[in-house]
Amino acid sequence: MSAQNLLFDLPGPRARARHRVLAVVGVLLIAALVAGAVYLLRNELRWAMWRPFIDPVTWTAYLLPGLQATLTAAAISVVTSLVVGLLLGVGRLAAQPVVRAASGVLVEFFRAVPVLMMMVFAYYAFIYSGVLRGQAASLAGVVVGLTLYNGAVIAELVRSGVHALPKGQTEAGLAVGLTPGQTLRSILLPQAIRAMLPALVSQLIVVLKDTALGYLIVYAELLQRSQNLAANYGNIIVAFFVAGVIFVLINWALATLAHRLEAWLSTRQAGHVLHVAEGGAVLTGDETPAVR
Amino acid sequence: MERLMQMLSDYNVLAAFWTTIQLTVYGAIGALVLGTIVAVMRVSPVAVFSRAAALWTNVILYTPLTLIAFFFAFGVLIKMNIRLLPEPPATLLDQHFAMGVVAIAVYHSSLVAEALRSGINTVPLGQAEAARALGLGFGQSLREVILPQAFRGAIAPLGSTLIALCKNTTVVATISVTEAAALMKSMIEFYSDLIVPIFVIMVTGFVILTLPLGMFFTWWSKRAAVLR
Repeated sequence: MSAQNLLFDLPGPRARARHRVLAVVGVLLIAALVAGAVYLLRNELRWAMWRPFIDPVTWTAYLLPGLQATLTAAAISVVTSLVVGLLLGVGRLAAQPVVRAASGVLVEFFRAVPVLMMMVFAYYAFIYSGVLRGQAASLAGVVVGLTLYNGAVIAELVRSGVHALPKGQTEAGLAVGLTPGQTLRSILLPQAIRAMLPALVSQLIVVLKDTALGYLIVYAELLQRSQNLAANYGNIIVAFFVAGVIFVLINWALATLAHRLEAWLSTRQAGHVLHVAEGGAVLTGDETPAVR
Repeated sequence: MERLMQMLSDYNVLAAFWTTIQLTVYGAIGALVLGTIVAVMRVSPVAVFSRAAALWTNVILYTPLTLIAFFFAFGVLIKMNIRLLPEPPATLLDQHFAMGVVAIAVYHSSLVAEALRSGINTVPLGQAEAARALGLGFGQSLREVILPQAFRGAIAPLGSTLIALCKNTTVVATISVTEAAALMKSMIEFYSDLIVPIFVIMVTGFVILTLPLGMFFTWWSKRAAVLR
């Protein structure tokens, strides 16, 4: 934050005047853009288009079931990707080269394949094999796709979380007579998982957004339901707007939670707090461990 | 094997991946331009610009790409009736493709802006102070001193954004652009017995696209890193 304030001098009287002019121009420009979009969409934004939203049936028949489906898929996927991620992450840290290599290949593979392709494949695999049908197959497809991708991301988190710990932690564990496996389980992983917590909450945002891909495999999540609603009332723009607001509010709450967790952890823990960039790259605050 | 050959002659896999590559290239250029503008606005001394940029980044980061694609395909193309390509040669499908590119550029502009902001944070304060001491203004010091170093520091996160963008082009399958994921879906629907080979072929295509990108950006970010 302070770095950004130092990019420019404290404005003097002339700079302040210039900034005021720029601010006015900026506000006018943004207002013009918004007004233009509203004007072009004036027929779509009429009161009649909003009226369905004061009818409780709109919520009970479309939006709430959609939201419930979205949250269900996200919740299941988070739990399953945690399990998969921990397994693959521990696999990448294993002593046996074969396990390590196999986990590495799986992690790289799941991160290289688009989530949507894994969803489509899993969905049709369930349908054709006759294991599941209808919405169950759609939900399973969404969950499998999200689990494999996010599991791979969490595996990377586990691995870099353990690597970011000071070397002395492993040495101390081995010195008191623990096996490498015990050291990992009882000393390294608990600390790594704590450092991962904010990144895990942020990953929830990715999971929640990606449930919307279930649209392509006819999972009746929030977007699909909004479109059904729009087909009924002819208010597609307003329906999508409301769905968007719901997504933004939930994700904003999650992001706030992640920031709080991070602030709380940084007062309690000496190690680094981890971040995940979109695309699954794991960033440690600093590449080198804090204590040498 | 015979059926596999027949399927491959029915469906043009290479054309679908060519669409994916085009979506990636145009989308990445758009995202880079838009994201740079947003990042500069974010660090600018004018409060209106930095607030607008922060709002843009956050709202887009919290919205699914699918929804953004829907907005451009249904809202901008159909309801606002804005055509991005001249109509006689372009078909409605081409217009969908153009809106897909815009949606991808808009969505990833927020990621580019965040990557650049982290790049700006890697530039030591002394650089900005030195630029100011020389009498450079905000625009000049940004252009001549800060951004060139920020881009070099942001190569790694920009690279992972590009890889994410390449994979995310599959999302425009939801607005009926026939790229790789849409093709895979229709192939699986018509050749249900070949579901596994189809998946393997399409996945291989993506690995061929993203693996070299990842290796290139790792090499480039190491090469271009500013030693401090």
